[in-house]
Amino acid sequence: MAYSDEARSGYRRDLEAIREAGLFKEERYIRSPQAANIEVEYPAGAPGRTVINFCANNYLGLSNHPEVVAAARAGLDRRGYGMSSVRFICGTQDIHRELEERLTAFLGTEDTLLFPSCLDANAGVFEAILGEQDVMIADRLVHASIVDGMRLCSAVRDTYKHGSLSHLEEKLQEHQDKRYRLVITDGVFSMDGDLAPLGGIVDLAEKYNAMVFVDESHASGFIGRTGRGTPEHCGVLGRVDIITTTLGKALGGASGGCVSGRREIVELCRQRARPYLFSNTVAPVIVSGALKVMDLVEASTERRDKLEANTRFWREGLTRIGLDIKDGDSPIVPVMLYNAKLAQDVARDLYGEGIYAVGFFFPVVAKGQARIRTQLSAAHEMEHLERGLAAFEAVGRKYGILGRNKDEIKDMYGL
Amino acid sequence: MEELKKAILDYVVHEYLDEDGDETITADTQLISGGIVDSFSMVSLKRFLEKKYAISIPDRDASPEAFDTVTRIAALVQRLQQG
Repeated sequence: MAYSDEARSGYRRDLEAIREAGLFKEERYIRSPQAANIEVEYPAGAPGRTVINFCANNYLGLSNHPEVVAAARAGLDRRGYGMSSVRFICGTQDIHRELEERLTAFLGTEDTLLFPSCLDANAGVFEAILGEQDVMIADRLVHASIVDGMRLCSAVRDTYKHGSLSHLEEKLQEHQDKRYRLVITDGVFSMDGDLAPLGGIVDLAEKYNAMVFVDESHASGFIGRTGRGTPEHCGVLGRVDIITTTLGKALGGASGGCVSGRREIVELCRQRARPYLFSNTVAPVIVSGALKVMDLVEASTERRDKLEANTRFWREGLTRIGLDIKDGDSPIVPVMLYNAKLAQDVARDLYGEGIYAVGFFFPVVAKGQARIRTQLSAAHEMEHLERGLAAFEAVGRKYGILGRNKDEIKDMYGL
Repeated sequence: MEELKKAILDYVVHEYLDEDGDETITADTQLISGGIVDSFSMVSLKRFLEKKYAISIPDRDASPEAFDTVTRIAALVQRLQQG
């Protein structure tokens, strides 16, 4: 038998090791569309329970917006369910190109190419444009898909301390002998919710003749005054060479991603990026829904403004209660608990209070940096936020952590 | 050996520790299993050692175990220098 007893028992040991390390991930079944209130079956087989969702990337609340759903349904009727092809054989419809042009205009770039996901965009872009003579210099906290994409590329790899312009400058000086230099960062970092110092990064890149890459997955649609992302927020629209982003978060939340940027770079991705070349086209139904999303985000800033107000209320509320949060402006608000078990216990108790938020700990974040990551949405109403704060206050009181700083929490629970 | 360890420790502190952090490390602090250096960021350390000590570290020697403490890294450098 090909699947030997040895292989089976080996894999079972691997799974057990994951369990013992406390890293075993379990899915929770959601019986409703994505929204502020969701019906969750957890544990599997338990009766459904309505809880307030504080862990979705549904920043603009468009994942189940009636106009997006209607546009997707109309697209299904007009362009069908699937294309059964990669893009360059017979998988490109007029609407794919239309969406690419809309994204180009929105992001303020020269051209855009859709990918099945932003993970695929990040997996394909570096290998398509860089070789052994070049260097990639990445912030140390970039998303895992960027790390994977860099590993697939033959260019020299280097990293700089998270958000450190002085360290980045040292690296740019060190690599002046390379043909091309590419600085790589997230726009908004998904675990800390902080923004890259993109203005300083672009200035340094121009000083040292380097290109700039930004993953805008946690920014597109809501960061910046009109939602055009970190480049808009930092005043460097048009000065970033490569943007990757997703349609799977604020921009509808279904799936799909893109590489957007300098015309030649996008064209090289069309010619060489393997996830684009060898994976199916984005389904017409998703493209149709995403076109409506672009209509909505370009027509009004109402949703990103509401998200901003929600974020401010939430950050101020958590601080007033006495919880230790990571400073910042983004709707990703980590509540710092430092101890991994404490983070798990607090998440479990919050769920008991009807609040769905997830604990993160090493190796997802650094050791001693365990936290509950909360994410705001324009779908949240004031009553959701107030109930969320009341739950955090009750659970925080139970564990005696209200008004405690890092050292005090560390003394109580260890790291 | 002590001089070699100090040079490597200085590099690790400068390259991997936050300027405003309260973390201190010694030659025996676990760098990789302790979460201070991830395997992805390890490449700059490898490049530093190869350049400064004029050695080539084969991939089989550049393991997370061999790079886990400054003491182990110094031992590896010394072994490769002796050829």
